Amino acid sequence: MNWRRIYALFVARNLEFVRDRSSLAWNLLLPILIIIGFAYAFTGDSPEKFKVGLVASAQLEPSALEFRSTRYIKFIDFDQVDSNLVKVERHQIDLLFDADSRRYWINRSSPNGYIVEKLLIAAFSGAAGKLQKSLVEGDEIRYLDWVMPGVIGMNIMWGALFGIGYVIVRYRKFGVLKRISATPVTAMEFLSAQILSRLCLLLVVNLLIYVGMDFFVDFRMHGSYFNLLLVFILGSVNLICCGLVVAARISSEEVANGLLNLFSWPMMFLSGVWFSLEGAHPLMQKLALLLPLTHITAAARAIMIDGAGLLDISDHLLVLAISSAILLFIGARIFRWE
Amino acid sequence: MPTILQVSNLIKRFGSLTAVNQVSFEIVEGSCFGLLGPNGAGKTTTIEMMEGIKQPDGGTIRYRGKPLGEQFRNEAGIMFQSTALQDFITVREVMRQFSRFYPHSANIDELADRFALHEFLGQDTRKLSGGQKQRLLLAMAMINQPKILFLDEPTTGLDPQSRRNLWDQVQQVRAQGATILLTTHYMEEAYELCDEIAIMDHGRIIAHDAPDALLAAHFNDVVVQLHATDLPREIGEPEFDAVYRNDSAHIVTGDVNQTVENLLRLDIPLDHLRIRARDLEDLFLELTGRELRT
Repeated sequence: MNWRRIYALFVARNLEFVRDRSSLAWNLLLPILIIIGFAYAFTGDSPEKFKVGLVASAQLEPSALEFRSTRYIKFIDFDQVDSNLVKVERHQIDLLFDADSRRYWINRSSPNGYIVEKLLIAAFSGAAGKLQKSLVEGDEIRYLDWVMPGVIGMNIMWGALFGIGYVIVRYRKFGVLKRISATPVTAMEFLSAQILSRLCLLLVVNLLIYVGMDFFVDFRMHGSYFNLLLVFILGSVNLICCGLVVAARISSEEVANGLLNLFSWPMMFLSGVWFSLEGAHPLMQKLALLLPLTHITAAARAIMIDGAGLLDISDHLLVLAISSAILLFIGARIFRWE
Repeated sequence: MPTILQVSNLIKRFGSLTAVNQVSFEIVEGSCFGLLGPNGAGKTTTIEMMEGIKQPDGGTIRYRGKPLGEQFRNEAGIMFQSTALQDFITVREVMRQFSRFYPHSANIDELADRFALHEFLGQDTRKLSGGQKQRLLLAMAMINQPKILFLDEPTTGLDPQSRRNLWDQVQQVRAQGATILLTTHYMEEAYELCDEIAIMDHGRIIAHDAPDALLAAHFNDVVVQLHATDLPREIGEPEFDAVYRNDSAHIVTGDVNQTVENLLRLDIPLDHLRIRARDLEDLFLELTGRELRT
């Protein structure tokens, strides 16, 4: 490996990217537009002002039925209490009511929880026996906070797959690769330069998006920035290597486009970017684990929302690191200049 | 002078087509070697195997007695028939990029001066004219101060001034001791630049020698040329075996005096008569035929 040659390729690719203003603007604007769109979509007025989780194994008693008939409250049925307490902590529901034991949980910092509690107590005022109150702690997790790690991951995915795959195929189609192959540059040097260039560009672009979005919507970040950077670096390398494998041989932009879409669209919807895969078919959940974006999103979300440490997300990091090495090996082995 | 590049029994197949079939030749260090042939003859495939771009299916290529390796990569300069460069990159940037690929490289400003590129150094390579781009590609091929320079149809599509300018550059490169391998469709170019030529057709070498030696070996006659209006086809074809091209009648003869006497006997006007020696183009057409190639 000759670092002088890698540096020459790295600089040229970066200049090409930065000077292509329309592409650069698109890379920066698309995720911002998505986040703003979702922020509006999920903060609009809804006729149901409150959300209550309801756990009930037997038929509801009259007081509980009366409470359930309250207008403007959305009741969500749950099977158990324990796994859903986190939703009260994160303000995803305003109150969790176990009708079997007449116990309820509210978050002491939730104004909606306070109001719903009053409605619950009013509904049970004529009933024999008492309600048991429990308090949970936790700040509100908006959908925006929840979706933000996935949107950054998704932006990395588009930038990595298309930024590498499409560019290499274009280079091959128009003979740029052929000209480079007539120099002492090796395939590994060329690929390393492309990976480093794209990695730097992805990190810079997504850092700008992160800072910009934090300024506008002030999302939640409870973990270590270093850990988050590590996740995004590993995730970027992994997705760049996916792009390399796709682009290793083909010279048709149409074929490359089709293949890259084949990779990216399932990741868009099966990686838990937009909605949780809890409750999805077990086969779909297993399939999702094969997708790098699932691991990027889950690890970034755990850091940003729960403040998870490296040990907590080590399984995701390990999957990303090992699969990156395998993909890079395959990409380098099957790569063709022409 | 020693042999710098040796090609032995080179074979390249594309499916059932044998594009290059048992091709062998040697290139002497410091010479200019021309590889000629009609479209599809196998020239570009041969040169690309010699450049290390394509892998042969058979045969060997040796540079200074060794298989193509790092020394060859560092010492070879290559100019392809057509090359695209990265978008949004200026002439200086692309020259700097390529100079970093090699352990030793020429000074960019000196190269720019030599190839009349100085005023375009800050210009996007996509905005260069055809001649400017060819000069840039030649400058890029020269960036590592090559010992051997491959030029694949370097003047195709250039105007006469640009073509002459490029010839001058090639002759300067040669004067500095570099070996040149040139493919071209222009026989005049091959005659002007090459010490030795090989003519390829259907994947094989069908003639190989110095241009004058080839002409001497194949021709001991000259061409008498008249206007087609002066020598009508109904007389020219049966009486003189004349060939008609571009409003001209061409009579190939080994005895000019007898031919002129015969023309005078038939009262053919000789006002536009020209006598010329047979050239490389005649040889090329004689060896490869006149039918169009795909």
